Amino acid sequence: MNTENKTKTAMVYVKLKDGVLDPQGVTIKSALENMGYDGIGDVRSGKTFRITFSPDGKRKPEEVIDEICRKLLTNPVIENYRFEISQ
Amino acid sequence: MKFGVIVFPGSNCDYDAYMAVKTVMQREVEFLWHRDTSLHDCDCVILPGGFSYGDYLRTGAIARFSPIMQRVVRFAQDGGLVIGICNGFQILLEAGLLPGAMLKNTSLRFICRFVHIRAENLDTPFSNRCKKGQALKIPIAHSDGNYFIPEDGLKKLKDNDQIVFRYCDVRGDVTPEANPNGSLENIAGICNQGRNVLGMMPHPERASESILGSQDGTYVFDSIIDFFEKSKQTVA
Repeated sequence: MNTENKTKTAMVYVKLKDGVLDPQGVTIKSALENMGYDGIGDVRSGKTFRITFSPDGKRKPEEVIDEICRKLLTNPVIENYRFEISQ
Repeated sequence: MKFGVIVFPGSNCDYDAYMAVKTVMQREVEFLWHRDTSLHDCDCVILPGGFSYGDYLRTGAIARFSPIMQRVVRFAQDGGLVIGICNGFQILLEAGLLPGAMLKNTSLRFICRFVHIRAENLDTPFSNRCKKGQALKIPIAHSDGNYFIPEDGLKKLKDNDQIVFRYCDVRGDVTPEANPNGSLENIAGICNQGRNVLGMMPHPERASESILGSQDGTYVFDSIIDFFEKSKQTVA
């Protein structure tokens, strides 16, 4: 049996690059401080995607997910990404 | 001269742009459907404001893959005139026709009000009718208009004179207070190196008649028409 064709799940984590202003992160940090949480350093917001897919066996799943991240899920000017693929 | 206004699902300034061209500028204009792959012989393509594809993922990120955008990219690469207004600007950034990206406004609020902008480069098809130092009163209406570009990209923009409009005060001075959304160096509009593609966050079509509160947006449309008609004369 070809296990490669079984459904897989990719978790993609997208975050703003260091140095890119994150107004949402700044606002959340200030809210946490207003709530009385001391010692909050930095808050950065981000996005998570869960993609289930069936590999076609022609290309490596990692290669396909990486391409999806570059082409659609992220804007390389302001964002970085990483992903994990599980069965 | 014929204009084309692209209609994406979620565009909402398409009719404003259409009317500004048709009734104020009195030029031929046609809507172009996002699924189309022809520009119907238009001489200038307008990507209007709105919330294409609900702003899902990132503003402009999905509209960029509309069938018509493949054609717009080729048109732009061949020197065709393309202007993206607000969401249209965001789409041009995502499509890679203009450099940089949009972040959320520093206030995290949707800002809808008149601002002033100043043409920084008068030698483009979109600004040649503007006057040096003149403050144009044109409204903005966006959540994600905080223009960002890494340092090396900003240097390139400046070296090539690609910054076309900056936010300024009523006197035409570029100040931090006049910056409504946190944009890097008060940038409100930029063009590509070839000068034939412009993106701007303010809405010239919403400032095209005095009944709307300002006619200053007509400077942009006048510039485009002047440029096109003069270049046609030169060819003829």
